[in-house]
Amino acid sequence: MLTHAEPAAHAASTADVSPLVAFLFGKLRLDSIPWHEPIIMIAGGGMVGAAVLVVALITYFKQWKYLWTEWLTSVDHKKIGAMYIILALIMLLRGFADALLMRTQQALASNGGAGYLPPDHFDQIFSAHGVIMIFFMAMPFVIGLMNVVMPLQIGARDVAFPYLNSMSFWLTAAGAILINVSLVVGEFSHAGWLAYPPLSEIEFSPGVGTDYYIWALQISGLGTLLSGVNLIATIFKMRAPGMTLMRMPVFTWTTLAANMLIVAAFPILTVTLAMLGADRYLGMHFFTNDGGGNAMMYVNLIWAWGHPEVYILVLPAFGIFSEVVATFSRKRLFGYDAMVYATLCICVLSFIVWLHHFFTMGAGANVNAFFGIATMIISIPTGVKIFNWLFTMYRGRVRLELPMLWTLGFIITFVIGGMTGVLLAVPGADYVLHNSVFLIAHFHNVIIGGVVFGCIAGLNYWFPKAFGFKLHTGLGKVSFWCWLIGFWVAFLPLYALGLMGMTRRLDFMNNPVWHVYLIVALCGALLIFVGILAQIAQIVYSIWKRDELRDLTGDPWDARTLEWATSSPPPFYNFAVVPKVGNHDAFWDAKQTGTAYVQPKSYEPIHMPHNTYSGFLIGIVSAGLGFGLVWHIWWMAGGALLVMIGLGIAHTFNENRDYYVPAEEVKAIEDAHFANLKAAGLAKAGQPVKAGK
Amino acid sequence: MSTPNTAKPKTPKALHTKPVDIDQSHAEVAHNDAHHDTAGHGTVKSYLIGFILSVILTAIPFGLTMAHMLPASSLIPVVVAIGVVQILVHLYFFLHMNTSSSQMWNNAAFVFTVLIVGILIVGSLWVMYHLNTNMMPGMMPVE
Repeated sequence: MLTHAEPAAHAASTADVSPLVAFLFGKLRLDSIPWHEPIIMIAGGGMVGAAVLVVALITYFKQWKYLWTEWLTSVDHKKIGAMYIILALIMLLRGFADALLMRTQQALASNGGAGYLPPDHFDQIFSAHGVIMIFFMAMPFVIGLMNVVMPLQIGARDVAFPYLNSMSFWLTAAGAILINVSLVVGEFSHAGWLAYPPLSEIEFSPGVGTDYYIWALQISGLGTLLSGVNLIATIFKMRAPGMTLMRMPVFTWTTLAANMLIVAAFPILTVTLAMLGADRYLGMHFFTNDGGGNAMMYVNLIWAWGHPEVYILVLPAFGIFSEVVATFSRKRLFGYDAMVYATLCICVLSFIVWLHHFFTMGAGANVNAFFGIATMIISIPTGVKIFNWLFTMYRGRVRLELPMLWTLGFIITFVIGGMTGVLLAVPGADYVLHNSVFLIAHFHNVIIGGVVFGCIAGLNYWFPKAFGFKLHTGLGKVSFWCWLIGFWVAFLPLYALGLMGMTRRLDFMNNPVWHVYLIVALCGALLIFVGILAQIAQIVYSIWKRDELRDLTGDPWDARTLEWATSSPPPFYNFAVVPKVGNHDAFWDAKQTGTAYVQPKSYEPIHMPHNTYSGFLIGIVSAGLGFGLVWHIWWMAGGALLVMIGLGIAHTFNENRDYYVPAEEVKAIEDAHFANLKAAGLAKAGQPVKAGK
Repeated sequence: MSTPNTAKPKTPKALHTKPVDIDQSHAEVAHNDAHHDTAGHGTVKSYLIGFILSVILTAIPFGLTMAHMLPASSLIPVVVAIGVVQILVHLYFFLHMNTSSSQMWNNAAFVFTVLIVGILIVGSLWVMYHLNTNMMPGMMPVE
């Protein structure tokens, strides 16, 4: 069963070894590392080199203790959110490197040349690109922004379960570690980003690539699910007094909707991957060709998760745009209620459109018609949102700051992407376009135009809140224009190629007509690359020049929602006094009525959670669990699982998990903030202040 | 009363906004609820009734299957139906769901869950039936 498709690198691994070696190392051998592949070795060497450099720098500057106490063991939602976003940016580089490799290969291998990537490696690259960009770039980015912003928006001092939050992040990070290890040790899945069987079954993918895929997604998926539970509980239980549901900021609403989708949809992914794992590890037949299995059931189930996943990503982005548009138009968001109801409509409708991903599998006219119409219906609430943003800008005083630029770029790009989506929703048209690069162009159009633009808008918008200084505008504009133009140069040719009949995932095609288009697409990808470099330069330059870009007021954009009512960066307890909310746009309201920037007469002790290393350790050890399972190193997998459970139980005996910040300390921090506000001419002068009891 | 958060004075509104950890929030709920309602807790009697009902509802489908008392065409719907009843028993006796107003969010979440699970099951059956009929005619059981 394992014979015919087995790659050479693994042929020697099962035979001729002593039982001790087999026990200690499972399927792992020295020749599991692809020494003969220069591209992989150079990339792997670069990654190892970068890691060594980072470790050396931390050691040289003696920052290990700071890193451990302030970041790795932190349960502060702002720091966990920042770590999510750092993870997302690192994985963006990795995923984008894959994109450049693919674009280059297709440009080289479409005019008679063979390109430079062997087919097996090309297949791993497009699989890794999709997995990384969705699971380890887009997901951490939106979850990171939710973590940083949402508790501040509702006037809370942390999320409902801070320790769980830390664990969620480190589980996600463990999944990312597994994906990166797979680059060098063994191989990654070559079965596409959703690993359709029967190709992903053991018969056709006997290597460890699909196992890396399964376990990286299972571990990070668990983190995502726990994070979803956590954020829902936070929104329902920890809003400031007076903040009814219909007074919540729209970003908080979309966070709630996205997390409801996470909690409802991610179990489907977990179960589906568990069944695929059972096929591969235990010889079961859920999705195999023989033994009564049905691969079509996998496609059905994975998209029952996959379509809500699209909205998990894009709903928070819609929330970001709503905040940005209202702030930079200096108007209340047009149609707040419509926005909320549109969000909830999408939340439910996103569960009845999944079949549009496989119209061509043959379900027939009735089924296809139902899902086609449902797909067209879901574009209605999305259209409502677009009009809400346009009407918010209408007669507003629009300021073209960076977040607003990204929003305008989004509205244009996303509307066009949405229209190509409605084209694909017609089953008849889909029979022509299914699996073509037209589809690739469409979903990049909505995911880059919607999710990525949204995340970068959010990054530019909330960066001063999280770190106390703005990001540099000039470099940000370079990044924006490179991204926007680069996107269109890269993907318009793909629309055309799709209509000409080019299918996706081709590593070789001898067609001079396509060649020109693919060269143009490569140029577009390179332009996006310049945009990413400008993004990095923007962040580095802004950190370097942070004193010039400093925001002392806590409200650099003259914004409307509660997160801007506290200092930038917020103190670890967020709000010295929990704000009271009487209206939409609570902070704008306070500024209008003159109740903002008034220092209270006294402070009270604040109840806060202690840091804990449990979440960090459980997350990191789970990477060992995944690695052991991938390579069939059972002692490692079992040991890691026991350690994880042990750490979890040990944590329950930790009685010292919370403390009170003394009122004097709160007063000292707040006095410094109000001194800044006075210097900026904002604070109300001369109220006597004394510490509480 | 031995939880750390009783060590210092706190204002009632702090309850809404204070960050709490898993165990601690549980302790707090237990503490606040203990005096005036038992919405979050069962009694020994209710747990026992739930347990006995669960055992009976598990034994019936087991018995029907093991003893081949029904043909497969009627056995499967019966087992599914008893499974659904079992779910309701668990919800009522173990998860303490009821129609009181304090349960509003639990019930809303439950209705959402039922809706999604219903969509998924009915939709998958519908989709897979059509796929099997159209694409795998040789695999269909011969009538």
